[in-house]
Amino acid sequence: MTPHVLTRSLDRGATIFLAVVATLGILIPLSNLLLPAGSAFQVPTYLVALFGKYVCYAILALSIDLIWGYCGILSLGHGAFFALGGYAMGMYLMRQIGSRGVYANPILPDFMVFLNWPKLPWYWYGFDSFWFAALMVLLVPGLLAFVFGWFAFRSRVTGVYLSIITQAMTYALLLGFFRNDFGFGGNNGLTDFKDILGFNIQSDGTRAALFMASCLALIVGFLICRAVVTSKLGKVLIAIRDAESRTRFLGYLVESYKLFVFTLSACMAGVAGALYVPQVGIINPSEFAPGNSIEAVIWVAVGGRGTLVGAALGAVVVNYAKTFFTSGVLAPYWLFMLGALFILVTLLLPKGIIGTFHAWWGVRNQRRLTANAESAVREDGVAEPSMAE
Amino acid sequence: MRRLHVFRTLLALALISAVAVPAFAGPFEDAVAQFSEGSFADSEEAVGKLAVTANPMAFTIISALQDGRLYADSDAKKVYLKSTDGKVTDAVTGAAVGDLPDSASKLRLNNKLRRAVDAALGSLTLLSPDAAKRVQAAQAVFKSRDVAALPIIDGALKKETNPAAKKAFAEARAAILLFSPDAAESDKLDAIATIRAKGDQEALALLSGLPGNQPASVTRVAASAVTSIQNNLALWSAVQNAWYGLSLGSVLLLAAIGLAITFGVMGVINMAHGEMVMIGAYVTFVVQDVIRTRYPGLFDYSLLFAVPLAFVIAGTIGVLIERTIIRFLYGRPLETLLATWGLSLVLQQAVRTIFGPNNREVGNPSWMSGAFEIGQISITNNRLWILCFTLAVFAILLAMLRYTSLGLEMRAVTQNRRMAASMGIATSRVDALTFGLGSGIAGIAGVALSQIDNVSPNLGQSYIIDSFMVVVFGGVGNLWGTLVGAFTLGIANKFLEPVAGAVLGKIAILVLIILFIQKRPRGLFALKGRAVEA
Repeated sequence: MTPHVLTRSLDRGATIFLAVVATLGILIPLSNLLLPAGSAFQVPTYLVALFGKYVCYAILALSIDLIWGYCGILSLGHGAFFALGGYAMGMYLMRQIGSRGVYANPILPDFMVFLNWPKLPWYWYGFDSFWFAALMVLLVPGLLAFVFGWFAFRSRVTGVYLSIITQAMTYALLLGFFRNDFGFGGNNGLTDFKDILGFNIQSDGTRAALFMASCLALIVGFLICRAVVTSKLGKVLIAIRDAESRTRFLGYLVESYKLFVFTLSACMAGVAGALYVPQVGIINPSEFAPGNSIEAVIWVAVGGRGTLVGAALGAVVVNYAKTFFTSGVLAPYWLFMLGALFILVTLLLPKGIIGTFHAWWGVRNQRRLTANAESAVREDGVAEPSMAE
Repeated sequence: MRRLHVFRTLLALALISAVAVPAFAGPFEDAVAQFSEGSFADSEEAVGKLAVTANPMAFTIISALQDGRLYADSDAKKVYLKSTDGKVTDAVTGAAVGDLPDSASKLRLNNKLRRAVDAALGSLTLLSPDAAKRVQAAQAVFKSRDVAALPIIDGALKKETNPAAKKAFAEARAAILLFSPDAAESDKLDAIATIRAKGDQEALALLSGLPGNQPASVTRVAASAVTSIQNNLALWSAVQNAWYGLSLGSVLLLAAIGLAITFGVMGVINMAHGEMVMIGAYVTFVVQDVIRTRYPGLFDYSLLFAVPLAFVIAGTIGVLIERTIIRFLYGRPLETLLATWGLSLVLQQAVRTIFGPNNREVGNPSWMSGAFEIGQISITNNRLWILCFTLAVFAILLAMLRYTSLGLEMRAVTQNRRMAASMGIATSRVDALTFGLGSGIAGIAGVALSQIDNVSPNLGQSYIIDSFMVVVFGGVGNLWGTLVGAFTLGIANKFLEPVAGAVLGKIAILVLIILFIQKRPRGLFALKGRAVEA
């Protein structure tokens, strides 16, 4: 990444965002580790893990915004890439348990002993090495997205059709991973992790480090996304989003652009999943549930699609609300809230929090400076309701 | 002929013994007296003899032995029968005995004897006046191949007029002859022919289990019969799978048809479609609940009330949804998808709040329960009714689209929205009515599905992805595509299931559809023309 790319990709909003993430990424672990427990400014460990979860969701939201906000691909199966990354990490963590499992088998994870498997299946080979697992975290979701996208984009499956078959993809994986003979722990998934890279996964230090790693991943992911969307490539993506046929007629290979950005996005989702698993301590097939993928899309819509910052913000806001509502007496009403959020955001706040803020900020500046402050965000998504008529 | 003669004699003797004075020592008395010896072997022999006497008392005595109500006094050579209400009689004479003598002990059974008792009871029911019982007994003999039953069967076969019983007797006789070591070769060949005609799993098991010491011709014919039965069974299992597939296809069609209409006409993916199905199922539940408490006599007609009510309620909700939400999102199909997903969450949670999260009991009316058999397959009535109902709904919908003005307008809007608007069609009214129609049909689907599935708040979710697959596979804008899509997916699913297992079969179907979409991105019956790229 040349300095040129860096400066070009950072506008004011992006700089503020990066500064905030970096500050939180340093301050929260420090306060957790250095301040005495019980101090007003000390962040308890459970909150560090919770925030870490939010950051992972933010990375997932970022990956969805990259393809939906900038290329018009609405994937309802991004949870599948997230979960695959999570399973790759989970397999590494399972192998790290070694002979400390219930059945004390040095090679086989507990569930395989339980199912009387004689030896490790071939696809578990190599996962005792962290770097191999880390490679798989990128490679497996990336490869699936590449193959899937290659088929889908080449035959010009677009719009709702694409959304539906991505949903079918994650549904098929859900059914598959529920099976015991798939070799991924079936219904229970992978859990009971002991340590990661030799550090106890439950200790405060490891949790703080994982949180920092997640923030770092968010920053790197954000920079990559910014670099992509502010480059020429990004302009073509936006052109594809707004007029796919026209872009194709202009001579661009629409399929290749889509395939590239879809695969990149899947890799990002995989990383998010891989960071998520050690922090929540379990990965099971329910992560593949189509509902999860759609929920991730609504984070992006709430924050503002096509803004990147908004996607991350939306993920944190919605998930904070979820934690808040589902842990209290309001729990039965959470699904009403979530459902209403889907409806109201699409109806009343089509540009999301950030988009609306930008629009308001733009109007204010315009009024004050009477200059043409072109908003950084395109005014898409506000097509007139009567357009269909 | 000789056998028949023996049988006649036996029958005559039995008849005589039944009416004869007790002092007359016939085969019945001899047989019963043998129980008093007390050993298992004697009892078994006695049971065998008793069965052949065809004495009316024989059944009572043997079933008493089975239930442990038969007592023997080996010293006095007496056998006592204790009836179910505790009265004791002399088993031979039938004379009442005040109390069971102390020297009498209960006759016990071992497994070998139990089998003999079962076989004897089976052969005795062969003469029952109830045809169904006779068939059952003949089938029992077919399994036990008890040589002792042969004379009875021969006799019964002569007199039998009921075709089902006659067939069962002939098969039982064939089974006995085939396994009897001293039957003539020609008899055995006839027997194989009979069993081959029976052609089911039992016949296959019987022929495959044939002992080795058979004449060459018998072995050869038996082998060819086995092959023929196997082919026959494979054919029937294919028919069975096809039927299951049709049944699943009808369910899919019912769930997908409303979706196809809204998607076809409005280009709108309604993620809350499954919840309309669920609402239809809950309407059925409420209707049945009211009928059960107020007018129990009308229970058989509950579905007749539920269908129109479900259509109206789900349809009204559909129109409301269109007017308040979807209307504002035209031209933005992806946002519509999200908003309707949110709506589905709200509706599910609302139903969960009102009716509770558990399954609700919805009953089958009497005319929908039960099953019947064709050849080797069994068809349940409710599945058949649902298939007919689905086809009826499909036909009505097709006629509606073809012959009513709303149908004409809907087709016009599907093909070219702008042109239709220019010709003076109120497209927004058509949209609202279309959405209402699609939702109403989903409600009807819910009534049908309540008959075969659990009525729970998650009912709709389990169908939504499958219905989408049907629509995507069949293509939009043409109901025939939905029909073909639904039945193709249903049948393919059921044929893959035995090969790959239920889950892998489903995954295979999903993968196949994803691949199919590559080949035909707009489905099987794609709409042609300018509207496609819109």
